[in-house]
Amino acid sequence: MSDLEVQAELSDRAARSSQPGRPRRIGAAEGVAGVLALFLVVAAAWPQLLAPGDPLGIDPLSAFQPPTLAHGFGTDESGRDIYTRILHGTQYSLLIGAAATAIGLGLGIVLGTLAGMLGRVVDFTVNRFLEVLFAFPGLLLALLIIVIYGPGVVTATIAVGLSTAPGYARIIRAQLISVRSTAFVEAATVLGRTRWQILLRHILPNTLAPLFVLATLGIGQAIVWAATLSYLGLGAEPPTAEWGAMLSAGRTYITSAWWMSFFPGLFIVLTIVTATVLGRSIDRRMRHA
Amino acid sequence: MSMTEPAAALTVRNLRVGFRADPVVRGVSFEIARGECLAIVGESGSGKSVTARSLLGLAGANARVSADRLELAGRNVLGLTDRAWRARRGKDVGLVLQDALVSLDPLRPIGREIADSLRLHTTLGAAARARRVLELLDAVGLPDPARQVQKLSGQLSGGERQRALIAAAIALDPPLLIADEPTTALDVTVQAQILALLEQITRAGTAVLLISHDLAVVSRIADRVAVMHDGLLVETGSSRQVLGSPRREQTRRMVAAIPADKPRGTRLSLTLRAADAPSPPRVPIPSAVPPASTAVLEAIGLSRSFRRPDGSRHLAVDDVSFALQRGTTLGIVGESGSGKTTTARLLLALLAPERGEVRVFGEPWSAASEKTRRGLRPSVGAIYQDALGSFDPRWSVAEILTDALGLLQRRRAPLTTARLVTLLDEVGLAAAVLPRRPLELSGGQRQRVGIARALAARPEILICDEPVSSLDVSVQAQVLDLLDDLQRERGLSLIFISHDLGVVQHVSDEIAVMRAGCLVESGPAARVFAAPQHPYSMQLLAAVPRLSA
Amino acid sequence: MIGRVAARLGGAVFVLWAVASITFFAVRLIPGDPAQAVLGGPGSQASPEALAMVRNEYGFDQPVLVQYLAQLGRLATGDLGRSYALNQDVGPLVLSQLGGTLLLAVLALALAWLLALALAAWSTRGGTVAARVGSGLETVAAALPHFWLATSLIVVFSIWLGVFPPVSTGGATGLVLPVLTLAIPLAGFLGQIMRESLLLALESPFVLSARSRGESERGVLWTHALRHASLPAISLSGWAFGSLISGAVVVETIFARPGLGRTLLNAVTLRDVPMVIGVVMIVAVVYILMTLLTDAATRLADPRLRLS
Repeated sequence: MSDLEVQAELSDRAARSSQPGRPRRIGAAEGVAGVLALFLVVAAAWPQLLAPGDPLGIDPLSAFQPPTLAHGFGTDESGRDIYTRILHGTQYSLLIGAAATAIGLGLGIVLGTLAGMLGRVVDFTVNRFLEVLFAFPGLLLALLIIVIYGPGVVTATIAVGLSTAPGYARIIRAQLISVRSTAFVEAATVLGRTRWQILLRHILPNTLAPLFVLATLGIGQAIVWAATLSYLGLGAEPPTAEWGAMLSAGRTYITSAWWMSFFPGLFIVLTIVTATVLGRSIDRRMRHA
Repeated sequence: MSMTEPAAALTVRNLRVGFRADPVVRGVSFEIARGECLAIVGESGSGKSVTARSLLGLAGANARVSADRLELAGRNVLGLTDRAWRARRGKDVGLVLQDALVSLDPLRPIGREIADSLRLHTTLGAAARARRVLELLDAVGLPDPARQVQKLSGQLSGGERQRALIAAAIALDPPLLIADEPTTALDVTVQAQILALLEQITRAGTAVLLISHDLAVVSRIADRVAVMHDGLLVETGSSRQVLGSPRREQTRRMVAAIPADKPRGTRLSLTLRAADAPSPPRVPIPSAVPPASTAVLEAIGLSRSFRRPDGSRHLAVDDVSFALQRGTTLGIVGESGSGKTTTARLLLALLAPERGEVRVFGEPWSAASEKTRRGLRPSVGAIYQDALGSFDPRWSVAEILTDALGLLQRRRAPLTTARLVTLLDEVGLAAAVLPRRPLELSGGQRQRVGIARALAARPEILICDEPVSSLDVSVQAQVLDLLDDLQRERGLSLIFISHDLGVVQHVSDEIAVMRAGCLVESGPAARVFAAPQHPYSMQLLAAVPRLSA
Repeated sequence: MIGRVAARLGGAVFVLWAVASITFFAVRLIPGDPAQAVLGGPGSQASPEALAMVRNEYGFDQPVLVQYLAQLGRLATGDLGRSYALNQDVGPLVLSQLGGTLLLAVLALALAWLLALALAAWSTRGGTVAARVGSGLETVAAALPHFWLATSLIVVFSIWLGVFPPVSTGGATGLVLPVLTLAIPLAGFLGQIMRESLLLALESPFVLSARSRGESERGVLWTHALRHASLPAISLSGWAFGSLISGAVVVETIFARPGLGRTLLNAVTLRDVPMVIGVVMIVAVVYILMTLLTDAATRLADPRLRLS
């Protein structure tokens, strides 16, 4: 099992146990998550709109200010406004998360499709290979990759992407195999459809649709892992306004300036909760719609 | 309070149960005497299960239960606290549910499940409880009790499980036993055995309340039958009276829907008419297409085996041969594990036989390549038990049917909605279902869409695998009538696979009886039913629930 | 039974061999001269003689296949090589760090189980409001990154309240915050899965049967439902243990606790390749053992699996 598979399993259970009655009604949690997602996207695309200041602008006179009206989230050791930095950092975090997810998902699709479509020998080989990769739990595979290629934002992003790929691959493979053996695929054979028609009209659409849910859930995971690597000094580096790097910088001043660590982390948590709630909501809607 | 009826094990006066604003049971009154069996019969949603659960105080946390009188063994149980209810459950009333595989805790040995009531209500020690469990298992007719107590419900057969569940319910010899669909998932022969056991329990002096959707089944043992419809008991009377001369429309429809013993061609579904109108005559409609002696589909010495998890091979279909004549129906009947479904898959060439072959219109079918077969595929349609699962969940009814018609119009000429509407009309559906997804339809509607899809390609042969098994009796009657009409209009040849001998008897011209992969008997339906040759056919036939009271 | 065990062990040996091979060949991908890396990386300006000596000592001048077989041979005898940075044998060094991490992971796993069970049992019995609160708490808990949770716990419990030390110096009090950091997010995951399966069990016909025999709500929970609810969570424990070890990298670093995670991070930062491989191999062994244990525990808890 990988983190991603656990996420997918949880989402699946939640979708199955939910009442199919009123799928179109938007719950409170979904509403809040929607607003937050919108806020994050705006912050990533046009940070100036929400935080007009300069994220790198130094003002030594107002260093280490606790949260006040002027600086809602306080200031850091160089007097930079933390709120401004967090908002301007949104694009880093989202971009890293999206890029890593794209790498993982892309590789996962290739491996999963190979295993699910090309017969037993390929399936067996790919499966054993994935099993071996699962023996590097969590961040370990990413750390191994960083030791080979050296630290940095790009390496960290690739490392996170590669280490999530086995999870995607296994879910895609399982999905392909289960769709392939459904009654509606059999019914299409009985109607006289060819293998290609069945593949294009039934198997691929029914396999790929859930990937959207998976990617939403996975992006949250990728953001945490990338931030963790930055926090450990292996990814983005200060003074970049990346959230993990900001937390890492705040670590030195934790006894005196808690806000330096607290607010960037809070945004990471909000992003992940948003991704989880939205992913599950899409999952539920796709099943009951 | 109930001095006037000392023998009543249960008295219910004006019972009402509602969930939020929704009344489900709307004023129900009945009583059961000791040694009597009352059956409440109704379709899904009629409120029969909720009634049964209210009698145990288990209607649910958000149910509002009220009644003028509700007495168990002569003692009032209205408004009991949960604690007081717990003291009565198991002791004054026992409950048997459908399918013991899920009604007994699958993680605990059956012996412990049965001993639970003894542990909760008596001061018996462990050894005494164990002895009593063995006695109970013996009493319900489970062979070799000492070995069975250690087993999990998953290790027992369907019939053994149901016996164990009954043993758990009667452990304290409660004056009232409620059995909610106790035989529904069982094979007919096992069903007959379980009914006999319930009858024996009634004879021993217990009051039995039987809840079922199947009038024919319960009439075998019930002294009185109450028909429930939309939260009300519409008719109560002796089994003979209710089945023989039903007074109410709902009852008449239910009786008419029972397929067994009705000659082929008799309509099973009655359209609603004024309550005082006489029930329509049951006239057998002669078959429009006289059976010609041309085989459209032949199975010749079919065999197919599967690998078991332990590596050994299990012969699912063993040297099966039969022929389907043009314009007729061949019914294949058998209990679970008889190889019916494997046969269906072999006939549809979804599975290749290991020996033997299938021929369609005299041409090779199973032996041909899928490419050659594809040209002939439109002639061979299929209807499945799980209609919902046979539709792509992303597609609407319109898309499903357009796709099914597509094979005839390869160049995707603009398909007019008119063609879809005609197709729907043929299966008795309105155009309003076109934009809906199968998930949003009822079970009967789904099966009609499934039939429409099969008809779209203008097939000559239809292979129906348990097409009505998951439907309510009245819906089953409508679907069977529909198939019958279509057969006459289009001259279809049908393979009709079912576990339900009553249904098969009603629809078939020829019958093939399967058991453990082998064809034990086949021949004209009338002959097989009148004079079965094989002992297994006789046994099956004896177990079929009939109306003849 | 014996066949099954043999198959599982065979699979484990295969995975270990593959892990060793992948790490060996992955290290060959490192750009530059490995001898240079031994002597402190490209910036160290080592003399050609020193480089030659290192090459000879570590076998870098041999053909790759010979090096690979030699490496496998050494691994088979438990020799994990020498650390570049510390110039010590990796094997004993890594083993000495294993205990601390295992203690942390086991305690966190146990605490997460307790928290998850308690939350699931409470939220399924307390009506819709409790169910929503429970589900919300679990979702948020599962989203907490270890590094942020750790710093927040330090701020509150060490700096503001002064109850627990911010640095894990031996003693039991030093363990509280690291264990909490690892346990809370895991409890979020386990709790979600337990609550779903508990609700499923409580609505199942066998629970209705039990109630019809006069079983109390507490009896239903303890004799039936909790056992069913814990099955999926038990089968997740292998994954959970892996993610705890991964989390230990962060937690041990923040709380300055000796252990595998911190050793690994130091080795990664210094690009001490044999050390990284050593830790990864040990983690793989522990992880595989945990997966086997999880498998055994699942079969123990679910008698149905023992039948087939």
